[in-house]
Amino acid sequence: MSAPAPSMFSAEAQQTAARLGLKMGRPNLEVFADALLELARADRNVITVTSDSRGSGKLTAFGQALPNQIVEMGIAEQNLVGVAAGLASAGKNVFAVSPACFLTARALEQIKNDVAYSDNPVTLVGISAGVSYGALGTTHHSLHDFAALRAINNLTIIAPADNFETRAAVEFAAAAQQPVYLRFGKAPLYDLPASEFVCGRARVVREGTDVAFIASGETVIHAMLAAQWLAEQHGIQSRVLSMATIKPLDAAAVLACANECRAVITVEEHMVYGGLGEACAGVIAQSGSGIRFKFAGIPDEYTVTGSQADIFRHYGISMEGLVETALKLMTLE
Amino acid sequence: MSYSDQQLARKSWQYRRRLLEIIKHAGAGHTGGSLSCLDILNVLYNRVLNVALETFAHPHRDRYVQSKGHSVEALFVVLADKGFFPESELDTLCQYQSHFVGHPTRKVPGVEQNTGALGHGLPISVGIALAGKMDDAPYRVFTLLGDGELAEGSNWEAALAAAHYRLDNLTAIVDCNTLQITGHTRDVMNHEPLAEKFAAFGWAVRHANGHDFAELSDALSAPLERNKPGVVIADTTKGKGVSFMENVAKWHHGVPNDEEYAKALAEIDAALAECGVTR
Repeated sequence: MSAPAPSMFSAEAQQTAARLGLKMGRPNLEVFADALLELARADRNVITVTSDSRGSGKLTAFGQALPNQIVEMGIAEQNLVGVAAGLASAGKNVFAVSPACFLTARALEQIKNDVAYSDNPVTLVGISAGVSYGALGTTHHSLHDFAALRAINNLTIIAPADNFETRAAVEFAAAAQQPVYLRFGKAPLYDLPASEFVCGRARVVREGTDVAFIASGETVIHAMLAAQWLAEQHGIQSRVLSMATIKPLDAAAVLACANECRAVITVEEHMVYGGLGEACAGVIAQSGSGIRFKFAGIPDEYTVTGSQADIFRHYGISMEGLVETALKLMTLE
Repeated sequence: MSYSDQQLARKSWQYRRRLLEIIKHAGAGHTGGSLSCLDILNVLYNRVLNVALETFAHPHRDRYVQSKGHSVEALFVVLADKGFFPESELDTLCQYQSHFVGHPTRKVPGVEQNTGALGHGLPISVGIALAGKMDDAPYRVFTLLGDGELAEGSNWEAALAAAHYRLDNLTAIVDCNTLQITGHTRDVMNHEPLAEKFAAFGWAVRHANGHDFAELSDALSAPLERNKPGVVIADTTKGKGVSFMENVAKWHHGVPNDEEYAKALAEIDAALAECGVTR
């Protein structure tokens, strides 16, 4: 066992979570693996395809329980996706699981042509996404995947925020007869207040009309904590959206933020080019609405060395960083 | 219905004529490669594959994935002959709003997979063959690769997997016309010795003259070897059947001018006349 990663949350953030009554959940990746195993036990057409990634995908138990429903492709991501497309075209309900960094870059043409264009209903599962691999560095980061995949037609993109959304997204993907990309990190995170998950719809996890945080994936909890801090310390009431579905984007929810709040901050574990932030900015700009707006995310640089927590803090994707961004934006002349 | 070699020969000349007509009409097309693989498609669709329009959704149908998607004109002409769509629709090839794109697309009835980028057909075919093994389904999977295409590394990833999973329901056919856009494949990126490469990867290998119906039928009518994927290395002539196009790299995607077109059709019509077909 490797040493536990440093907590994603500062002492203040942990205390804030406690005041909100949030409970620490499990890594989304583990919840994904459990949900997939349950689905596969119930349906022998559910097939998992891996690229020497069953350990990192938490799929060792799956492999032991259902050896005939897991196909190993070796370290060959292009083949992983091509084979997955072929299996899907022959009626299998396929989950192709590989680190997001390799899956969405090495096999991008297979995703574009064999899955999306040929409309083979594969669920592509990008594991250890974003900067989950931390200090392993740029080769192992996927900060391009939203941008690359958003520009491909016929591909739904989902980055679940917590255990609830993860399970719901896996079940959605298994039932959907369409190409889906699921993006998971591996850090244990607080569970957000329970509500409904609908693909293509934002999940409002906190109401407010001062600042709107539109966040995705593992960043949503940090926005949630920032919102609580802003309310407690500054009397600023924030709306927090988990925009799990990056595409198709819930434009109505984005516009509601622009129309009903005083400022919008998008938050993502992705480069600020081509991701959630620019998607929301595009919706708002084309609506004719003008609003104070900031991207929180990774700038156009190779990240500093550090754990996922270090990198989040460095680029302001933490409770403290998001509070600072919000205060600056709200007091802008 | 079973066809004699003589009947297949006649069909190939008819296909060639139609292929040149639609390329001339569209003002675009991969003429040389379509002509090199035409006899292979003729044998597949008229002797080997159990596919038909009425049963195309059947899970046990054989699968044909054209990895060398650029030779789409050959595929479209053969599919039209097999009744997948009205022959006249071919005149819309590459026209505004036509379903007949310049590479295989499932918008066209009879096409299994959208292809065109090279190095994709074999991995997809491995997936379809794996599903067949999982379901103990009786279908076979065929994929046509260009020889220039073999420089794409994804082919070799798939070649490993096909042997690893003992996919004897999979047959790859290499349309070995020895030419690609830039020139001779051996000069651009040599893949020889090809048979030894596939054999070393764990495949059963068979050579065939890619314009000999009997040899092709013999190689394709049954899996080559139990527990091994099979590859048929088909020696072909790029531009086959039109004298001035044969073995000339520039016809990779050349469209004949009016004079060349008339000359090509005259050659084909002469061959058809020899087969007893007069226009």
